[in-house]
Amino acid sequence: MDQVTLLAVERIKLFSTRSPWWCTALAMVITIGMAAVIAANTDERFPLSVPVSQGFTNFGMVVLMVMAALAVTTEYRFGTIRSTFLAAPSRVRPLLAKTAVVALLSGAVGEVIAFGSWGIGTLIRPEADMAINSAAEWRNVAGTGLVFALAAVLAVAVGLLVRQTAAAVAVLLVYTLLLENLVGIIPTVGPKVQRWLIGRNSDHFLTAGNQSFITEGTGSDQPFGPWGSLAYYAAVCVGLLVVALVVVKRRDA
Amino acid sequence: MIEAAGLTKHYGPTVAVDDLSFTVEAGRVTGFLGPNGAGKSTTMRMILGLDTPNKGRALINGKRYAELKRPLGTVGALLDAKWVHPNRSARSHLRWLAKSNHISVGRVDEVLEMVGLTAVAKRNAGGFSLGMSQRLGLAGALLGDPEVLLFDEPVNGLDPEGIVWIRQFMHRLAADGRTVLVSSHLLSEMAQTAQELIVIGKGKLIAQTSTEQFIKDATEDNVRVRSPHAAKLQELLAGSATVTSDAIDGALVVHGMDPASIGELAAANGVVLHELSPQRGSLEEAFMQLTKESVEYHGA
Repeated sequence: MDQVTLLAVERIKLFSTRSPWWCTALAMVITIGMAAVIAANTDERFPLSVPVSQGFTNFGMVVLMVMAALAVTTEYRFGTIRSTFLAAPSRVRPLLAKTAVVALLSGAVGEVIAFGSWGIGTLIRPEADMAINSAAEWRNVAGTGLVFALAAVLAVAVGLLVRQTAAAVAVLLVYTLLLENLVGIIPTVGPKVQRWLIGRNSDHFLTAGNQSFITEGTGSDQPFGPWGSLAYYAAVCVGLLVVALVVVKRRDA
Repeated sequence: MIEAAGLTKHYGPTVAVDDLSFTVEAGRVTGFLGPNGAGKSTTMRMILGLDTPNKGRALINGKRYAELKRPLGTVGALLDAKWVHPNRSARSHLRWLAKSNHISVGRVDEVLEMVGLTAVAKRNAGGFSLGMSQRLGLAGALLGDPEVLLFDEPVNGLDPEGIVWIRQFMHRLAADGRTVLVSSHLLSEMAQTAQELIVIGKGKLIAQTSTEQFIKDATEDNVRVRSPHAAKLQELLAGSATVTSDAIDGALVVHGMDPASIGELAAANGVVLHELSPQRGSLEEAFMQLTKESVEYHGA
């Protein structure tokens, strides 16, 4: 089976159920809505700027990670993963196609969310300095899609490894929302470890050089520059996917 | 044609399938028979490349499943009718399966028609009854017009009408020259469906033979005799037959002698007979006899 066909198959599978539509709509509405609320409450002391408008995009990312994990775990839950492997016995190729479709959707939604959040800010506060005119600001807005796409790859890998919806969602949420931040409070070792955590690196890619009243800037103590951080983040996400694919290939379906 | 050679599968210390070899020929329905837990599903999953055998291999038309170019065009399988996303329509379910093996959308509508689901094609599969799910599973198996078909307990939970329908369907598929392997734990069902039987118990092959031969070998004929002179008759028969007595009504059950000889013997000795009836051993009895040793889960 050629890869183009398998991509089409995964597109049909993803969009013929309702959960991706709901997750996508939820991610957009809540993230852009929150950006609107933030913009409406800015003033001279806390002025609206490009980084401020992007302050809430992580929420959308978490919702899309859930969507990506569900795309895998529901296949295990309902047994359709076996039909998938019967139709394409190589296993790796249909799963790469699924990863690509989910990552593309997540990336596209990420761009909509980033520019939507920026756009609603400029509408609400036309007087604010919302021009995207530096490389750092472009990275902050347009880079969101890249981070979202890679986050979806990570979520697919976790879904393949644990196979159960509840477990996969718990792992992703607990890690992204709690563990990443809690590690920092461990004395001495915590901050040293935290620099290497993936969420810190993807944040660094988006926020480096974009200081505002909500992001104090993670710059100085990070091991890599912004693009290096993205490469590191990508390497971890893709690496985990490779591990997951090897496991799936060897495991009984 | 399906060939299994030395298939073996362990799950930890449990041996699910133990050095199992058999062949399934084209042009007839082959029943895959065994008690629950005998390893039928595991064997089918190994044939389809879902589970990897610890030893041995299974070939379909001479190839391993993973080597098939367009697998759905060679093999159709219905292992579990519930393997459908409940929020996806029947048609969407078949559409992605078809797309994956370059099967036209026209064929999707064709198989929906064949199994009688055209009217509900747009409804979500989650709302289907078991019978409708089985039909959808069958439609999925038929999509690629495959030469080889595998069905795992296809009549489980179906109403009599559905059972007859599936049975006739399988006969038609075999009559077209296809290879049809269908598993069941009910011999009475297989006796009406399959021409050929592969019987397994505890993962081991017990018999591979024609259904007719299997029933003939497995069931023993005997003759029920009732007589007011039972004791005398028993004495007369003692030399040439084995006689037991029915636990319920005390009738004699004679093994190893045909009714005519018993009647003549009785007449020659002036013994009155009230009943002289040949009995055919029941299929289920025979099957239980054969697989008694290998039943995985005994009732208390």
